[in-house]
Amino acid sequence: MTISRFQGRVWVLQDQEGRLIEDIDTDQIYHNAFLHITDIGQMGPYALGNLEGWKDFASKARPGDIVVAGRNFGAGSSRQQAVDCFLALGVRLVLAPSFAAIYYRNAVNSGFPVLTCSGLGALVKNGTIRTGDVLSIDAAAGEGRTIDRPAEFRVEPMGRVQQDIFQAGNLFAYGKAIIKP
Amino acid sequence: MGLTVIEKIIQAHSRDEVRPGGIVWLDLDIRSARDFGGPNVVKNYEKEYGAEPPADASKTLFTFDLCVPACSLKYADNQQVCRNFARKHSLRVFDVDRGIGSHALIEEGLAPANSTVVGTDSHLNILGAVGSFGQGMGDVDITFAFRTGRTWFEVPGSVQVVLKGTPSPAASAKDLTLFLCRELSTKRIALKSAEFFGEAVRELTLAGRITLCSMITEMAGIIGFIPECSAAARSEVEGFGGRPAQAFGPDPDAAYDEVVTLDVTGLPPLAAAPPSPNTVQEVARLKGTRIDSAFIGSCTNGRTEDFEAACRVLNGRRVKDGVMLKVVPATRRVYEDMLRAGLVEELFRSGAIIVNPGCGGCAEGHVGLTGKGEVQISTGNRNFPGKQGQGLTYLAGPAVVAASAVAGCIAAPEDL
Repeated sequence: MTISRFQGRVWVLQDQEGRLIEDIDTDQIYHNAFLHITDIGQMGPYALGNLEGWKDFASKARPGDIVVAGRNFGAGSSRQQAVDCFLALGVRLVLAPSFAAIYYRNAVNSGFPVLTCSGLGALVKNGTIRTGDVLSIDAAAGEGRTIDRPAEFRVEPMGRVQQDIFQAGNLFAYGKAIIKP
Repeated sequence: MGLTVIEKIIQAHSRDEVRPGGIVWLDLDIRSARDFGGPNVVKNYEKEYGAEPPADASKTLFTFDLCVPACSLKYADNQQVCRNFARKHSLRVFDVDRGIGSHALIEEGLAPANSTVVGTDSHLNILGAVGSFGQGMGDVDITFAFRTGRTWFEVPGSVQVVLKGTPSPAASAKDLTLFLCRELSTKRIALKSAEFFGEAVRELTLAGRITLCSMITEMAGIIGFIPECSAAARSEVEGFGGRPAQAFGPDPDAAYDEVVTLDVTGLPPLAAAPPSPNTVQEVARLKGTRIDSAFIGSCTNGRTEDFEAACRVLNGRRVKDGVMLKVVPATRRVYEDMLRAGLVEELFRSGAIIVNPGCGGCAEGHVGLTGKGEVQISTGNRNFPGKQGQGLTYLAGPAVVAASAVAGCIAAPEDL
């Protein structure tokens, strides 16, 4: 069965002036003080634990939630924990105008949807997308809409490899089907 | 249509069609993991592949460089997990004594020009300095690479960056790098391979090339190459006993997404002020900012040449009372060169704290973090909020850091 529709409550990562926070780096997503942890189940409490204004995110997030962030999300280190901490909390996906290269790969390989939406800054600025809204996204068709107030927006459809790895579950499951060592 | 450097390296490691934006299966010459990420790789590996062997033990290794030797039980346990796995599968370990993995790979000849190297280090693209395609990856990717020797990769577009003019004599490779962090920000080469041209980069030594290429990550790029190379830099690389190879250059008709031309004429010493490596100002404008600590080292500025630059500024002077100067050589080999050249003694006499090689000083490594309110000036590559503790970190070249340590505030060598 192909899954490409997601629906969830939104957290818009904004600064005090209401701007979408750009260049959020992996030390703000999952601080290096907790890199010794290897059990994904223990990583949730540290999600966004070093992002000013969002340090209590883990206690507020519920499974199925959607995170909306500024461009170049996941800059910095290669730590998988910066993806795993969201998986541990059951966060459904991250939507941003762009992602840092390593972060994007890590998310794709873990089967965690990271979706690109170039118009996100404007959608947040003009109040189309606000914290607490429920969004519905079709990642195959590239269509997004808000449930409570009727508004539609474009999302970059998942690429072929991203889609295939996501459907398989993760890189390991995907790899076993198509590549023999 | 001709090919860019990254396209040539990928073509030499893949059977798939190479075009920007396309996805290929890439053969990996070296697959490595560090003490951060390494234990996660082992955990994934044993869960997914049990006792099956890695694709090629001779190409699979660990490099411990972050918490060396381990300063907490958790890191001690994690390193032992990696050692046990390595013994079981006959993998090499560059253990806690060896220094920064990416530098050790260069010194050991394991990252020759045109090779592909992956590891759990987001600065592994530093290998662009020697013409190798290094790439940092997370523990899922590296686990898969250990087992299969391959991974999927989206061929990045390439940007040509042409530097016109000559920087001021006071500017180092770090100042040129910080200039690029400011001008290119995280936008101009984001998700691209950058190729740098011009007199200012052509003459860079190996250490200078390492400095520049180490901060491509902070510019959100995939990797940076400096195709034109002085004879001195080339012989330095070959001197490491690495397999000498003619690094790929771009074809004359290579297709670039963009050509960026920047003027570096008279470039002065620069520093990145908090909160990011891209918020860069002239040192002259930050002059007098009080500091509590100074750090010289990291994969960006941890070569012998960087410590020589610091010692030229110190010139027998002592670090200001109340200021810590922390010194970390990149590798054991650098440490040995420093001992031979008398640099360790000079730094010691200046009041510096000199510790064993590694990444310490960045992340939560084996050298101190900053406390709340503490102001640090560092030759490292990142100063994001909270990265090195709760204090504020300025980034600069070794000469500026040494001058600041003597002055007790941000200063250029000429201010002393």
